[in-house]
Amino acid sequence: MLNYLFQRLLLAIPTLLGVSVLVFVAIRLVPGDAVTAMLGTEAGLLTETQRASLEAYFGLDKSPVQQYISWLGNVLHGDLGYSVRLGQPVLELILDRFPVTLELALLSTLVAVAAGIPLGVVAAVYRDTPADFFGRLFALIGLAAPNFLVATVLIYVLSVYFGYLPNSGNYVGPTKAPFQNLEQMMLPALTLGLAFSASVMRTTRSAMLEVLGQDYVRTARAKGLRDRVVIGRHALRNALIPVVTLTGIELGYLLGGTVIIEQVFALPGLGRLTLNAIAQRDYALIQGATLFIACVVVLVNLLVDLGYAAIDPRISYGDDR
Amino acid sequence: MGARSSPWRQMLRTPSGAVGATIVAVYLIVALMGALGLTPYSPLEQNRIDRLQGPSREHLMGTDILGRDVFSRIVKGGTNSLIVVSLSVLLSTTIGATIGVVAAYTGGLTDNLAMRVMDVFFAFPAILLALLVVTVLGPGMRTTIFAIALVYTPIFARVARAPVLALKRTEFVEAANSIGMRRGRILARHILPNAVAPIIVQISLALSWALLTEAGLSFLGLGTPPPEPSWGQMLAESTGIAEIAPWLLIAPGAAIMLSVLGFNLLGDSLRDALDPRLRGSR
Repeated sequence: MLNYLFQRLLLAIPTLLGVSVLVFVAIRLVPGDAVTAMLGTEAGLLTETQRASLEAYFGLDKSPVQQYISWLGNVLHGDLGYSVRLGQPVLELILDRFPVTLELALLSTLVAVAAGIPLGVVAAVYRDTPADFFGRLFALIGLAAPNFLVATVLIYVLSVYFGYLPNSGNYVGPTKAPFQNLEQMMLPALTLGLAFSASVMRTTRSAMLEVLGQDYVRTARAKGLRDRVVIGRHALRNALIPVVTLTGIELGYLLGGTVIIEQVFALPGLGRLTLNAIAQRDYALIQGATLFIACVVVLVNLLVDLGYAAIDPRISYGDDR
Repeated sequence: MGARSSPWRQMLRTPSGAVGATIVAVYLIVALMGALGLTPYSPLEQNRIDRLQGPSREHLMGTDILGRDVFSRIVKGGTNSLIVVSLSVLLSTTIGATIGVVAAYTGGLTDNLAMRVMDVFFAFPAILLALLVVTVLGPGMRTTIFAIALVYTPIFARVARAPVLALKRTEFVEAANSIGMRRGRILARHILPNAVAPIIVQISLALSWALLTEAGLSFLGLGTPPPEPSWGQMLAESTGIAEIAPWLLIAPGAAIMLSVLGFNLLGDSLRDALDPRLRGSR
């Protein structure tokens, strides 16, 4: 297990290096020079010497490779640069906003698991009955409705029929006012959880169907175990393995994919920070935020892989591999 | 995939396959109508006197805040979405499948390197990678196509790679090797025809994702630039006035959902038809 952990960590390093190169190159591909990009229209007021000294200060007079190496060195020291627009270090901004995104992603996952797994189990156990049909219909709709559509419809229905307007005012942290925070998070989490629960439901259903057809389940039934025990203890446990994988991977993507929902519900998360950075051409922030999100995704995927071993005793990452 | 198995016909016989194919056919017809300019009104023409009118015989889906005919805009939006979706999927399938097949068939260092590069792209959530492309190229239709293509290229590479890896070790390929057949010919004659099924399934699923991504980028105002209509952008415009003009929300919302549903149903039943092992498990 420890060997495997090291192996996977070693394999993650080239991926992360690749991610950093990609982000670095992408920002360098933006048309126009970096000083103009950083200062906007004010760059036109610079004299030749001011411009040259700024370029020297930011290391722009060096070769791209040298620039990359010094940038990477700074990144490894936790220095992701400085957002000129927001007047704060990039890392500080990211760490300030990330908890909002993390909370949203975790709550959505909770919704998805709480709704998706029972629905999937019921659909599989009562296969080809109305229950199964409605479960599958739910999944089809959930997967076909993009989250920004669900959000728009949800806001519309709640405001027109229930006179409720989502609180899009100032965001409050969960430690300050837990209930108010939960109220603000409820709609976005439900929105993201809908599509997510649809895919959890489908995976649970197909995994359950596969497991329910296996010999050991028939044996368990034949020796007279009650249905609840067969389904809960024998079938579901094994069927959950692909579900856990899916949940982990989707959670990873949610951490960087809540951009639109944060925008719709005016949540000050990492996605909205990135989107605003793109709108304002705040390159240091775009670079830092995308790099951060990609690292989180790689890390979550690594954890998911390690999670296999914990829930599936058949998989061991020992030296026999 | 000869006439013997005819997975297409098999697929159309299932209810979900038939429904999916019908929806996709309607989507294609609507998009074609828009491309040929067969809309009741100009999708761009503003008519301030007739603004925010509900659905009627004159305006099937009502009019928007600038008095433009919503039905005409939906039709033209369908055209714009088809252009983006088809070109981006065509690009990513061609490039991705080529990378996957070549990497798997060559094996060794090439394969390893190609897959590590793909891993890098997998580390980005789709919308984030697309946003990064928009940052570099600036918003617009061409950017959207390129952004979606970039997101799905690694997926196609991975989907194409797996069957080729398996087929490379089969006896019929070894036999072809041993009688001295050239590698290119083995690839074209023996490996590719057998690796096509998963790629076709992936294409139909990628079409639905591409549609969603296009709508999402347009919703954020980073896709098809106004005044050219797009469903995502129309949906975004409906916020705030949907309370008094719900058709502005319903029309683009239904258009997006139905098209995605159509491609999903088509993809699911195609997979069932092409891979009998999975039948009924979804």
